[in-house]
Amino acid sequence: MTATDTHRAIDAVWRIESPRLIAGLTRITGDVGLAEDLAQDALVAALEQWPQSGIPDNPGAWLMTTGKRRAIDAFRRNQRVDRKHEELGRELVERELTVPDVASALDDTIGEDLLRLVFIACHPVLSTDAQVALTLRLLGGLTTDEIARAYLVPEATIAQRIVRAKRTLSEKHIPFEVPRGKELETRLASVLAVIYLIFNEGYSATAGDDWLRPTLCDEALRLGRILAELAPKEPEVHGLVALMEIQASRAKARVGPSGEPILLFDQKRELWDHLLIHRGFAALDRAEKLDRAWGSYRFQAEIAACHARARTPEETDWTRMVELYSQFSAASGSPIVELNRAVAVSMASGPQAGLQIVDELRSEPALKGYHLLPSVRGDLLKKLGRFDEARLEFESAASMTRNTRERELLLERSRSCAALARGSSAE
Amino acid sequence: MRFLCLYKPSHAEGVPPTQEQMTAMGKLIAEDMKSGVLLATEGCLPSAKGARVRMTSGKFTVTDGPFAEAKELVGGFALIQAKSKAEAIEYVKRFLKVAGDGETEVRQVYEADDIPA
Repeated sequence: MTATDTHRAIDAVWRIESPRLIAGLTRITGDVGLAEDLAQDALVAALEQWPQSGIPDNPGAWLMTTGKRRAIDAFRRNQRVDRKHEELGRELVERELTVPDVASALDDTIGEDLLRLVFIACHPVLSTDAQVALTLRLLGGLTTDEIARAYLVPEATIAQRIVRAKRTLSEKHIPFEVPRGKELETRLASVLAVIYLIFNEGYSATAGDDWLRPTLCDEALRLGRILAELAPKEPEVHGLVALMEIQASRAKARVGPSGEPILLFDQKRELWDHLLIHRGFAALDRAEKLDRAWGSYRFQAEIAACHARARTPEETDWTRMVELYSQFSAASGSPIVELNRAVAVSMASGPQAGLQIVDELRSEPALKGYHLLPSVRGDLLKKLGRFDEARLEFESAASMTRNTRERELLLERSRSCAALARGSSAE
Repeated sequence: MRFLCLYKPSHAEGVPPTQEQMTAMGKLIAEDMKSGVLLATEGCLPSAKGARVRMTSGKFTVTDGPFAEAKELVGGFALIQAKSKAEAIEYVKRFLKVAGDGETEVRQVYEADDIPA
């Protein structure tokens, strides 16, 4: 193996092993920042020794042992006035070194530590930006540079964000633990939100962006899947994973040759990744077996799965779709979900039925300025042959969106309505 | 990135795996499947159940198994997802430690973005 090959191999090992390494060291030292530094020390040692000695049989264990030794050294060097504190710390660390590496016991500990790391990285005391950066760094093993390129911000910005985040966790003495009871629900919701944010960042990447951006989808999927193993009894985790697997399955079909977005119903379904769709269905099965009330991600995933089952747009099970949206709308009380229900109803029962629901939403304050409301209304009016009214709605929608491509599409539709209005009035 | 991994065991066909090997393999497959590293995998049945189909200048020759040359016989395949070739190789090494001596050919496979417009 050449020196470069070995370095690449060590990098690969690092990416695979670093989250567990950092998690274990955080439990020992009680501090995420210190744990990451110790983990980096272990990596440096690996880069120094492995080119000569070869990559060890169990690289994860080697790194952990090295990290732990560095932790002891750190405690010893620590110039604390409080000797008792120092001794306690050393005892703790030395005990860790002598615990026999019984495989299954180690697995459970590592799993629990990893889960604790997920929760601390997504702690509400940190801003969402900081949670995202810390999660990608500690759990994704991404370098500061990679995170910066993925988010199209300067490297220094991300570096500072991470430094400040670790300092905040340290200063506020945030405990390294898995939340319990009612707190678990809210804390888990923020973890899932962070993962989905990362996914959407990658999903929204366009052709001109850095090639790293779309890989954020893979990162989010990986984190979601790991979380599904660490917290298998949480149905919304499986719901989110299912949603991401199915959305990711459309990655190749969503973008045209010149980078233009292709809507769901215009996509070539043979380009959908059926391995991922299959995984999505499997995740939904796991959620189903837990037999709990459906959460938002479960609903969204079931809707995505309903689309995924149709080989062609014409084969879409609109009856089921209406049922899903009805339940989702009732459970969430969200006017946006209700708007989507209107679309499903129009597909199942005709544009007039959908229009009735949309008309009721026009007075909804939450949808004021929401361009999809007039956009959907415009669609339904156009289908009903009410071209002038449709044109006005599309123009209204175009004025509400800042996205240039979106606006162009809406203006295009308003122009086509104008032409149809002229055509029908000419008869 | 996705990689097709073709495993060719060093030992001759017909040597059944030990209980220990099967347990370890089962565990590895489950872990890698759940994490999304492993997208698909299967072991091959004995080559006696298979065949080789060759075409030369439009003419076909079909040779039924079993095939004798241990080194060239595919024992199983895996389709894995990894961030880089180096990462794929690392996963393959972990598989080989469980599967036993042999060679895995690792080939990156086409994904839609690789196909020139």
